[in-house]
Amino acid sequence: MGNKGWHNAVWPSVLLILVILTVWQLSVDGGLVPEWQLPSPTSILQEMIQGWPRLMLNTSATIKLALIGFAGGALAGFIIAAILHLIPFVRKAVYPLLVVSQNVPVIAIGPILTIWLGYGVLPKLILVWIVCFFPVSVAMLNGFKDTDPNLRNYMQMIGAGKWQLFSRLELPNAVTHLFSGLKIAASYAVLSAVVAEWLGADKGLGHYMILSSKGYETARMFAAVFLIVLLSLAVFGAVALIERLVIRWRPAKGGGRA
Amino acid sequence: MTASALELKGIRKDFDSGRKNVLNGLSFTVAENEFVSIIGPSGSGKTTLFQLIGGLEKPTAGEVWISGKLTTGSRGHVSYMPQQASLMPWRSVSANIELALEVAGVNRKEASRQAREWLDRIDLLEYADSYPHVLSGGMQQRVSFLRALLSPQPLMLLDEPFGALDALTRQQMQQWLMAIWEQNRRSVLLVTHSIEEALLLSDRIIVLSSAPAVILEEITVPFDRPRSPQLWREPRFNELKQRIHELLQ
Ligand SMILES: Nc1ncnc2c1ncn2[C@@H]1O[C@H](COP(=O)(O)OP(=O)(O)OP(=O)(O)O)[C@@H](O)[C@H]1O
Ligand SMILES: [Mg+2]
Repeated sequence: MGNKGWHNAVWPSVLLILVILTVWQLSVDGGLVPEWQLPSPTSILQEMIQGWPRLMLNTSATIKLALIGFAGGALAGFIIAAILHLIPFVRKAVYPLLVVSQNVPVIAIGPILTIWLGYGVLPKLILVWIVCFFPVSVAMLNGFKDTDPNLRNYMQMIGAGKWQLFSRLELPNAVTHLFSGLKIAASYAVLSAVVAEWLGADKGLGHYMILSSKGYETARMFAAVFLIVLLSLAVFGAVALIERLVIRWRPAKGGGRA
Repeated sequence: MTASALELKGIRKDFDSGRKNVLNGLSFTVAENEFVSIIGPSGSGKTTLFQLIGGLEKPTAGEVWISGKLTTGSRGHVSYMPQQASLMPWRSVSANIELALEVAGVNRKEASRQAREWLDRIDLLEYADSYPHVLSGGMQQRVSFLRALLSPQPLMLLDEPFGALDALTRQQMQQWLMAIWEQNRRSVLLVTHSIEEALLLSDRIIVLSSAPAVILEEITVPFDRPRSPQLWREPRFNELKQRIHELLQ
């Protein structure tokens, strides 16, 4: 897509955001909504600037939790998927459960983890870890299975064994699936980290939000929410970027002309 | 006397626990460095026969011998060129050829050396590091053939290798393959639907019947090598074409 196309695609959204921000600012300034319910964009910005060092301290704690949980969950998802795939008997037993458990809001088990493991870092990490684990493992399992039958037949014809089939066909085939799993996991990683912090923490954006809510510091809460959205987008964007760097074999999609 | 590249002894294949007899007592040989074609109606069991020779399926009865070894039901004795080029989209052209050689036990360095040397010979060296999707269908089939030719297995199986190409490309590919093969003889078993293709390329043609398949006739193709692309002008060529055509009716 050309530069011009990109601009054309983006400017209506930018315009809309500007309109919303302006209406928002004016309605708060004009007294339509009380400031303690909905702080104006400028006061949120002011709050961010004033509380910057504290915000950053909490943000870095959340980033750490989200990234370590994400990496650990993705790695475990990958390894477990490979093991399940290579042992068909185990896969048959576990795969349906994996698919079903995808629809369970894992975040709901957070309080249970807290009962079992206390208020330290471990239960929070485990929560993020579990949330990121499922989409990656399910996507990988599908990727291992969903190979081109022509390629599979070719490999078997020339005498490829089970391991060669896995390492030369199934594994590379699953890379595109891996990234779609990683993108889902990425979009949940920050969210689940924040929820884990709500459940009890002494740092992090989730902790900061709880504190601010207790003190009716609405502007602070908005500042935190803004940072959480930003973080989420950044993690997702990073995964999407790595995907584009890694997967270069796919023919360019869409009508992109050189 | 050296062993045949391939010897089939009384191959029978039933599906659906014996209710469907597809191949019925096929016996034939492919001599070393001989080019043999199989021609038969659609659904007569040619692909099934290849699955049996490749060891992916076991015959209901009969034996497969490759290079003097009993290989019934065991894999890794053939190289293969399917109808769809079947190149791994995530591997470069050169890496695709190397993969075939590695699976056959050639070490990496040697595989890479051979792949590049041969890509150069067939004028595709500039694509060595490209992904397959940038190649045309004909170019992909050249790579697919090269991959089979370079593999060290004693027998090449080609299953309708040009079936998915347009008529013109198909003709060019036949000439191309014939030229390379005549310079670098290997034992080949080719499945085709095209009588002309079989006559142009092979030393011998095996005509199969359908349902269940038996050998109707083995025809020795009498033309000298190297063969001229104008073979079809010869009266002998048209006689044979006519005869095979009638056999297939
Ligand atoms: N696994 C299977 N189970 C049951 N029937 C099968 C199986 N594989 C092949 N057949 C049957 O065997 C017959 C021969 O099929 P095959 O694909 O070998 O034919 P073919 O000669 O290669 O046909 P074509 O020329 O169209 O490629 C067909 O009737 C097919 O339905
Ligand atoms: Mg077939």
